[in-house]
Amino acid sequence: MYKRTQYAAISSILLLGLITLSLPERVAQRLKLAAASLYLPLFGLVGSARGLAEQGSNAVRSKRDLLEEIEQLRRENQQLRLQSAQSQQWLEENHRLRDALAWQRRSGWNVRLARVSARDPSSWWRTFLIDLGEKDGVSVNRPVLSHDGFLVGRIESVNNHQARVVLLGDPNCQVAATVENPLPPDPRRPQFSAARDGIISEDASSLLDHTVVNLSFIDRQTDARPGQRVLTNGKGGIFPPGIPIGHLAELRGAGRGLFLEASVKLGAELARIEEVFVLLP
Amino acid sequence: MSAVHFISLTAASYLAPFVSGRFELGRGWVGAQVDLLPALLVYAALNGGLGGLAIVAVWGGLLFDSLSGNPAGVSTISLMLAGLSLRHFRELVLRDAPYAQGLIGAAVGAAVPLTSWVLQAALGGNPLAGWGTLVQLAFLGVTSGLATPLIIRLLDRIDRTFGYPRMNESSFRADREIKRGRA
Repeated sequence: MYKRTQYAAISSILLLGLITLSLPERVAQRLKLAAASLYLPLFGLVGSARGLAEQGSNAVRSKRDLLEEIEQLRRENQQLRLQSAQSQQWLEENHRLRDALAWQRRSGWNVRLARVSARDPSSWWRTFLIDLGEKDGVSVNRPVLSHDGFLVGRIESVNNHQARVVLLGDPNCQVAATVENPLPPDPRRPQFSAARDGIISEDASSLLDHTVVNLSFIDRQTDARPGQRVLTNGKGGIFPPGIPIGHLAELRGAGRGLFLEASVKLGAELARIEEVFVLLP
Repeated sequence: MSAVHFISLTAASYLAPFVSGRFELGRGWVGAQVDLLPALLVYAALNGGLGGLAIVAVWGGLLFDSLSGNPAGVSTISLMLAGLSLRHFRELVLRDAPYAQGLIGAAVGAAVPLTSWVLQAALGGNPLAGWGTLVQLAFLGVTSGLATPLIIRLLDRIDRTFGYPRMNESSFRADREIKRGRA
């Protein structure tokens, strides 16, 4: 059927595949990012085409629409300035109180905006590539947030020009999380309770829906209820505490009644997100 | 393999993963993206030699894995296995009939991701799977089945436009013609 040389060619190709598969994780990630770099010109082309399309649509917009938008933005800007001034006062008050209680001051987030250049074409992983790399200060395991501050995932691998983000709901992105206490803050009560903690992981029953993940290993005695906010709890050392993840959608028994599991509706629209913030040190 | 065939397959294998990775083609509905590599594989397996198959499997597979969370090399193996199986039976296939191309495209479109998934699971990975996977495989099969005849027609057209026309072989030779009647 095949000639000897053809058998040799087929065997070499399959062997090449097997060798690539058995490369060490770090080398394989580097190799993949290097191969993905071949798409950089196309990513740039798509970005430019989108920019041109936006310019084109702006050119045909009426002056009245633009003036209305400017007026709306002006009002929004004034409102945000007022809120910013108020937040500054609260921040100073927070610093004073923390100093008085000898608590460590919380530093502000240092974030960097990135564009999503390509999404995972396979259906069993949830990852995407962003256009920031080591040259922009991005490193492995940095948290990634949506424009409205919800957790999106973490940096899995990075090269000079781009990085791969592994998203919430991917088997390789597990996050220690907690359900927010709805009661008003009380200095005598801890802000986070172990009975409300769990681990965010993939939800195999909602494969078709990228907006739901699982919160597992919740204490049976928990007082968490559907509708409450889910935040990172800072355990695990990758994600700082207090980053919002989403809302608790449903609680159910799991592990033969040993613990509870919950569905969490994510705050970030992972399937449509186009721009993200990378949290830098 | 002609230069045009080589260039068109290389370019198409480069663009196919990019299209799946960059544009919204089904992710919002079923959580799976249309994949054009199986359709290209059908074209390469039915219309060319092992070289074409190798281009789609190695070049296309590696680029697909580079955009995906797959371990590098998984798609190369699954594409190559599917291509070799198809090539084995290619004499039995009505390769010029669009419905046959569509059916083969659908089968390969579902078989390639399934093989990739099985390989990853066997290697100790933890790829997502559930009942929804069946819906995703059906979606990938149907879309690949629809794309295959179109891609075959497109690449055939490119081949005919930029390549040398095929020489019509005939046993007729003018110098051997027997002239009947009186000269």
